[in-house]
Parts: sequence; C-alpha cells; structure tokens
Amino acid sequence: MANQVLKPRTSWLGSPLQRREALEGYLWISPWVIGFLVFSLGPILASFYLSLTKYKIGGTPEWLGLANYQQAFFDDKLFWPSLWRTAYFSLASVIIGVLLSLLAAMLLNQNLKGKTVFRALYYLPSLTPVVALAILWQWLLQPQLGLINYLLGQVGIQGPGWLTDRNWAIPAIILITLWSTVGGGRMIIFLAGLQGVPKELQEAAEMDGANAWQRFRNVTVPLISPVILFNFILGVIGSFSVFSVAYIATEGGPNYATWFFMLHLYYNAFSYFQMGYASALAWIFFVFIFILSYLQIKLSDRWVYYEFS
Amino acid sequence: MATTQPSVRPMAGATPQSTGKRSSLGANQFWGQVMLYAIAILTALAFSLPFFWTVSSSLKSAAEIRQIPPAFWPAELRWVNYADVFRIAPFAKFIWNTTVITLLAMIGQIISAAAVAYGFTRFRFPGRETLFFVVLSTMMLPWQVTIVPQFLLFRYLDWINTFLPLIVPSFFGGGAFFIFLLRQFFMTIPRDLDEAAKLDGASSVRIFWNIILPLSGPAIATVAIFSFLQHWNEFIGPLIFLNTEDKFTLSIGLRYFMVNPFESDEPREAILMAASIIVALPSLILFFVAQKYFVRGIVTTGLKG
Repeated sequence: MANQVLKPRTSWLGSPLQRREALEGYLWISPWVIGFLVFSLGPILASFYLSLTKYKIGGTPEWLGLANYQQAFFDDKLFWPSLWRTAYFSLASVIIGVLLSLLAAMLLNQNLKGKTVFRALYYLPSLTPVVALAILWQWLLQPQLGLINYLLGQVGIQGPGWLTDRNWAIPAIILITLWSTVGGGRMIIFLAGLQGVPKELQEAAEMDGANAWQRFRNVTVPLISPVILFNFILGVIGSFSVFSVAYIATEGGPNYATWFFMLHLYYNAFSYFQMGYASALAWIFFVFIFILSYLQIKLSDRWVYYEFS
Repeated sequence: MATTQPSVRPMAGATPQSTGKRSSLGANQFWGQVMLYAIAILTALAFSLPFFWTVSSSLKSAAEIRQIPPAFWPAELRWVNYADVFRIAPFAKFIWNTTVITLLAMIGQIISAAAVAYGFTRFRFPGRETLFFVVLSTMMLPWQVTIVPQFLLFRYLDWINTFLPLIVPSFFGGGAFFIFLLRQFFMTIPRDLDEAAKLDGASSVRIFWNIILPLSGPAIATVAIFSFLQHWNEFIGPLIFLNTEDKFTLSIGLRYFMVNPFESDEPREAILMAASIIVALPSLILFFVAQKYFVRGIVTTGLKG
C-alpha cells in the first residue's frame, strides 16, 4: 500500500521529473525549432505552393497547376542549356577539384619543413570574399592586360579571351573556382583523414613489397574513402549552386555562356519578378540535388569502406 | 574537443621518403625530397601569385596599370589609391553597415547555437535524435530553395532594405554547422559538473551560463570566427534584401563600385584592386591571428559528420 503511494506516477511521457527535463529540453532547442519552421520548412512548402501558381509581386497568386513545370521543361529556351552548362561546370570543377585537394593534402602529409606555412598559403585563397575574388580574377584574366595571358605569351601561347570568350568563359570560372577551393576546407578535411591512416598498415604493405601507387590505391584510398564521398557530395551541391562568381564577373554572358541554373532562377525571381516560375525552378533544383546526393550515397556502397561496419 | 589538431600530430609517413628505414637509399631519397619541396613551393606560388598581382596592381597609377608588358611592381607606390576608394565611394559607410550587421548576427548566432546545442546534449526528450537529424539535414539544403518565399516574407514584414533579414534569422538556431560543432564540444564536458551544480539547486540557465559556456572558450572562438567570415563576406543576402547605397554592405558596395562609374571617367582598375584588398583584408588577418581555430572547426564539422 505504502509502496504504491510513494511510487511516482508515470504517464506515457514518463515520470514528472522526466517530463520536466523534456520540457526544458524543448525550451532550449525552441529557437532552432522556430527558425526551422519560419525560415526553412515554411518557405520550402510555400515555394511548392507558389510553384503551382502565377505570382507577380504585389498581385495575388493565380492557380496554374503544373504549367510552370511544363514551361520549364518544354518551352523555356534557357532552361535545359542552363542545366547542361551547370552540369558541365559541376562535373569538371568537382572531379578536378577533389583530386587536386587530395594531392595537396598528400603533399602536406609528407615530412616537409615549414608545413604550416605551406598549409596557410594554400588555404588563404579560400578566404577571399567572393566579390573580391571575381574582381581580382577578372583582372588577372583580362585578355590584353592580364597577368595570365602575359605569362602565357612568355612561353609562346596566345591566351584566349577567357571571360569574354563564349568557349572559354566556363573554363575561366572553373579556374577561379579551383583556385579558391582546392586549398580550402576540403584539403584540410583530406589532411585530417590522411593523418588517421595508421602508419603500421602502410609499413606492413611496404614490407609485403607494395610500391607507392599500390599502397596509395589499396591502403590509403579505402581508408579515406568516406572522406572522399563526403567531399564529393558537398562539392556537387556547392558547384550546382554556382552563382556569385558568374553573376559578378560575367552576369551570365557573354551571350549566355555562363548563364548557370542559379542565374536563371535569380533573374526570373528578382529581375522579372516571376516568383511562381522561380519557385518551380527552385523545386526542380531541389529534387535534382536530392536525387544526385541519393545516387552518390547509393553508388558509394561499391567503393566506400567503413572500418567498423 | 574530441579532435586532435592535424598540425601538431607527428606525420604518418605515407611514402618511402618519409619513413626512416630507407634513409640509406641516399641520393634517391635526396632527390625525392627536392622534388617534394619543388612541388610544394610551386603550388604555393600558384596560390599566392593572384594576391601578389592584386597588391601590385592596387599601387599602380592609371597609366602604369594599362602598360604592356605589365610591370611586376609599380615604379612608384601610389598609396593614394587606397584613400581614393573612400573619396570616390562611401566605403566608410559600407564598412560601418557591415560591422553592425556582422556583430549583431554573430551575437545571435553564438548565443542561439550554444543554447540549442546545450538542449540537445544535456536533456532527454522524445524525438531528440530525429530532430537532431533534421538539424544536420538542413546543412544540405541549398539556399535557392527558400530564397523566394523568404524574400516574400521579409517583404510582407516590411523588412526589405533594412538590416533585419540579415540579422534576425541568426537568432533562431544559428545554423546547423554551429549547433553541430558546439554539441560535439559540449559532449566532452563531464556531466558530473552539471550534476553537482544541480544538486546545489542551480537552474539549467545557471549551469549553461556559469559552467558550460566558460568551459567552451575554444569552441565558442571557432564559432565566432566562422560566423564573422560568413556575415562579413555574405553576398547573396545583401544583394537581394538591400537596395539603396546607404544600406549597402562591403560585398554589395564593392560590386556597386565595380559597375557604377561614379564621377570619374579615368580608368579605375587600380582603385578597384585597392577596394578589393580592403574588403578581403579582415578575413585574411583573422586567419593569421587564429589559425588553429580554423583547422579545428573544419575538422570537427567535416570529419565527425
């Protein structure tokens, strides 16, 4: 009898003490919950609704059904080219960029004197604010007065028009992106991954007569493969969102050569004020990125090695 | 913090050159080392050259900067280019605006990310793991998906062309990156400390303020640095939410300076370069002052994710 009275009452939420703890927990995380609802989830849902309407700022949304999506896929002459352009940029900059970051990290993982100085010098470009980055490279790549074409001229190469040339504008933006990302966070993450590769494994492989390439291929790569996957996924999301450099340096030109998907979205939303259509573009982008990340994770079963799984 | 800093750990030798055993190979190893240094130095040059060129260009006269072939270093250093930046465009105003926005957003981001991280580490509540998973997945959410409705929301609130859209969201959670980083750090603080304080009757607010925060100096510093960089350099937000010159931040101001002829007709490349350096300098200096926090922040949030 006495036992029953003393026993704390428990509901589906647990004892009063547990309930109090839970309540306090919710209070502490409430800023994030509110922020998530108001600035993330709400806008995502709102943009889905808007994508089904014709909405110009100041007016009322007019129900269109799937017409915006139909327009994007079938009528908008800039839609597919902007997507292909973005894919071209993304593929090149991510593959080359991840590879170069890994090479730079491997270099810094050697017993070099002054390693921290090298690391700092490689890292600094990634800190350049994007507007300064665009201005600085626009000047470096200036066809007549720029340093790059001058240096190319010194070795007998006639430099292209870079950002002013239809065919060279995207390679120029890839170059700018590589300069500002190869030595950045991605390299630091690779470096930490490489330092987690046990020395004994390397030595054991060496003892068994594996050469440098075999050790890299069969010891280092499997052990850092989760890091490679991580860098790839973030790299793809980042590169598909390419906007600022192109917007500042070329405004999508010359002749739409750098009119990436995000510029298409931006101009539709904030220059033509087609909020409904821009929302549809945003949703297409969202689904596209989601599928791409999912595929990368799915395919990763075949090459990513998790030590403890 | 759970992660060790890469720079202080002994290097795990990945190639024969660096494992001591082979030192008898002599000449071969020597040339291997020379090659490595050559590659490291060439790479460093490739990364540094654009900075050098920008500094050099920023000190040239309007005539010298258009000279062919270009001079590597100006014959006469024109520091007045830097003064001209402030004379031609309201750069002092841009700096002031950016400072106000950055400071307020940083405060919001640090306090709210710390509070949320504290909630996730020190309290048990139904749905905690799921909610934390949602926090992490917002890292993958591209800004483009939410920008249109956010713009409409801020327009509805009459916040367009004010600093509010650039500050207020920071007070609501502070972003997944920082919540995650602080949570990782808080988990390393022994719970015994909170339990003891709790027995003495301390409230959770007191424990947060008097125990958790004072012990989290390095993690808070890391958050502060990345938060500073994020807001100081932000481009897209100010581009969309601000539209008059008196409200511009440095990023938008610099672009405005680039596309707007202002009063002078003479070529302004050198002054534009000087302006770019003024904009980039705080971030670069911050890196030199606080290098170790950079590595820590990147490694925690990158690898442990």
